[in-house]
Amino acid sequence: MNPQGRPTRPTGEIGAAGALNLPEPLIFEQGQEGRCGVDLPAIPDYQDRLGGLRRAGKIGLPGLSEPQVVRHYTRLSQKNFSIDGQFYPLGSCTMKHNPRLNEKLARLPGLADLHPLQPLSTVQGALALIDQLAFWLKTLTGMPAVAMAQAAGAHGEFCGMAVIKAALKARGETRSKVLAPESAHGTNPATAAALGFSVETLPANAQGRVDLDVFRSKLGPDVAAIMLTNPNTCGLFERDMIEIAEAVHAAGAYFYCDGANFNAIVGRVRPADLGIDAMHINLHKTFSTPHGGGGPGAGPVVLSEELARFAPLPWVVREGESFRLVEHRDGAGAASVGRLKGFHGQMGMFVRALAYMLSHGADGLWQVSGDAVLNANYLLASLQDLMTAPFAGPCMHEALFDDRFLKDTGVSMLDLAKALLDEGFHPPTMYFPLVVHGALLIEPTETESRETLDQFIAVLRRFAEQAQAGDTEFFHAAPRHTPLRRLDETQAARRPVLRWTPPEG
Amino acid sequence: MRYLPLTDADRRLMLQRIGVEAVEDLFVDVPVAARLPGPLPDLPQHLGEFAVERIVSELAARNLSAGACPAFLGAGAYRHHVPASVDQLLLRGEFLTSYTPYQPEVSQGTLQALFEFQTQVALLTGMDVANASLYDGATACAEAVMMANRVTGRRKALLSGGLHPHYRDVVQTMARATGFAVDAIEPDPFQPGRLQIERLIEQLDAETSCVVVQNPGFFGRLRDFTPLADACHALGALLVVVVTEVVALGLLRPPGAMGADIVVAEGQGIGNALGFGGPHVGLFACKQHYLRQMPGRLCGQTVDAEGRRGYVLTLSTREQHIRREKATSNICTNSGLCALAFSMHLSLLGEDGLRQLAELNHAQAVQLAAMLGEVPGCRIINDSFFNEFTVELPTPAAELVEKLAGFPLLAGVPASRLYPDRPELANLLLVAVTELNTVAEMQTFVELLRRCL
Repeated sequence: MNPQGRPTRPTGEIGAAGALNLPEPLIFEQGQEGRCGVDLPAIPDYQDRLGGLRRAGKIGLPGLSEPQVVRHYTRLSQKNFSIDGQFYPLGSCTMKHNPRLNEKLARLPGLADLHPLQPLSTVQGALALIDQLAFWLKTLTGMPAVAMAQAAGAHGEFCGMAVIKAALKARGETRSKVLAPESAHGTNPATAAALGFSVETLPANAQGRVDLDVFRSKLGPDVAAIMLTNPNTCGLFERDMIEIAEAVHAAGAYFYCDGANFNAIVGRVRPADLGIDAMHINLHKTFSTPHGGGGPGAGPVVLSEELARFAPLPWVVREGESFRLVEHRDGAGAASVGRLKGFHGQMGMFVRALAYMLSHGADGLWQVSGDAVLNANYLLASLQDLMTAPFAGPCMHEALFDDRFLKDTGVSMLDLAKALLDEGFHPPTMYFPLVVHGALLIEPTETESRETLDQFIAVLRRFAEQAQAGDTEFFHAAPRHTPLRRLDETQAARRPVLRWTPPEG
Repeated sequence: MRYLPLTDADRRLMLQRIGVEAVEDLFVDVPVAARLPGPLPDLPQHLGEFAVERIVSELAARNLSAGACPAFLGAGAYRHHVPASVDQLLLRGEFLTSYTPYQPEVSQGTLQALFEFQTQVALLTGMDVANASLYDGATACAEAVMMANRVTGRRKALLSGGLHPHYRDVVQTMARATGFAVDAIEPDPFQPGRLQIERLIEQLDAETSCVVVQNPGFFGRLRDFTPLADACHALGALLVVVVTEVVALGLLRPPGAMGADIVVAEGQGIGNALGFGGPHVGLFACKQHYLRQMPGRLCGQTVDAEGRRGYVLTLSTREQHIRREKATSNICTNSGLCALAFSMHLSLLGEDGLRQLAELNHAQAVQLAAMLGEVPGCRIINDSFFNEFTVELPTPAAELVEKLAGFPLLAGVPASRLYPDRPELANLLLVAVTELNTVAEMQTFVELLRRCL
């Protein structure tokens, strides 16, 4: 037991927990002095030049051989759900198949083994690749410019809103307010607040969309921008996008679109035709770069002509047949907001995203959004008689339900989600968006077969009936067959243990 | 299309259940003016695997990869050997294709690995706690400054001239965008380290939220920041120490032992490819006391319903999905898979492997520095270094680097690439040596240099 009273080693006998689910000690509990997983050449005799700053004492890292390390991580991996193994309909996250061709190409030495500060004459292919990806993103969105270097969606949001702030400043204006719907991702208000804007929340109307009249009433000379996700987090297309854009522009503000849900419309609708000024694109969602258990991602931001000169550094410029980088805040980069990240962006993600686009082509992407929306509507149509959908369809790429169908059953949406784990399904996003009570947001993506959807539908229908029949114990005890059962999150937060420490004595 | 499982028969059946005629009927909420009539004509049609492979391979072939010639580049990204097992393990779909571990019952693999990662980072940096990673070293540095602002209630950061210019730039961008002040001291690679520290101490005042320094410094010099830490603490400011070459921590006194309050590092050098600059991985560690002001995800230990040890994401009341506009940072997706690669490689290295690797890097750098120092007209300006040092050349470094690239040999990073507005640095070349550079490569470097000067 550690000082917080929690076991310091996995409990239970080996074998007792099931063949594929063995308790795995931490690497720190497996290490032995004298073991090592690498062989390195001997150090020649030499005089160090460390200026007296050599480390004293041990670091405390465990020593393991290669077979131990391989087994450790293999066993850990077997405790994870993944798109490869399970249906993973996590709303707003676009958990689609990650093609392995893209992994292969991202590892080509001519792309993976490039130093970011090599002479530009030696990396022309890399710059051309970034330029090609930029061309695809601009063409798919209809926007004239794109800032490529941001590392994730939230980083892209920050980029877009910083650019808007800079554009206002260049106009000699300071506007203090950003409007964002109640249903927005948490990153939207967090980004606006980080940039010093106050955030005013827009309520949703009965159709789950921005209430145009309320929105218009909030516009004024103090409004810098609206941040709007489209399709929104209720899985619905904002019907009044064009009117919203016109009103925003008439008020002298900018239209920032959160492009997290671009998969619903990719290749079918160009956001430029809706009147937006800036939008980030999560390459790790729409363009299938792997989520990797929480990143890395990439968040390019498409920009209007007016905003383009404020884009963060660096960017690629084509001159005839060759490419160069604008890396500094002078000359062409003089108006830039500056640098938001080290080096030139998420090259590894760029390669994967471009390979994905080339594989699909314009025709394939048209089919991607079509099938994504079809799959979501199929789920909606197949479940809405037993579960409750807060808004009338059709939906876009995700289907939203609320927990009215669980009312008075004693079963919560969380219980239902945990029961799904036992059936081998990753639960959809729960309790988000905040505009409906007990939300369940299901995003199947286009890479799931009808057979998988039918299995999922059958399980959810059974669960809805079981909950309504009063079988609460089944749900409260779930999950039963996962590597661990429900974890105590309250205790974890109250007395945080965030690292291993050697057992006392 | 090989990635799309629905057949036309499926689609017909599904449309029937939905009760519409065509997929287009599901897009009725899109304004008519914005609906494209068909696939975009400006883009090509779909391609099979080998056709895509050919296109991307041709782009790759137009680059000179660092492994195809002797390469001595550093300046914040280092070419180290990554054991084969790291990438093989990383490609396991259970790691590669999972999401952020929001469902801990089916994410214990990722979560336990993060808990181990946090422990490794805390041990390496000599700090109490570490988070589950940020985008890269430069963004982690900006997050550290903003955290110091929150902790101290002050809004002025002091940046050392030895800080990587990209890190300085990102902090300055964040300062302009979010509204805090930055004093960035100009780089002065010729000044002894002791004087640089004295200058930082002179500039400290009661308004300073933090001082940001780097070890090894951008030009390679090593310094003991203990006196600076004391000066910071006397005035209520925090000391932020940046490490851009994480392998150095295998050999050097850790920032925690010098009194650092926050340590940020670029973790690329362990487990991750150069990748033309990304994705990399930001390491972030601090003193226990500041835990609740930390940005980014944290993994914590707990128990499950049967009392078994397990792990969850925790203290998420700091984060945007809960706190929204009151969050400590807007960060969501971070650099999970790169953190995992770091952790796997460091598990293979262990105590002995990391120490030996770091010693080897240093020993080889000492050897090359001695060789280059004997080339007429060249001078090593460092009094100390780890695996990277600065050579003063008799000619502009950028021209020489371009010339040597033709052989091909990648000689290093000219300071002018990062400081184009500082003519006094134009002849400086940053040269990095890792375990991957052979003695023969070093000899080639010296010979070509003699020939070209």
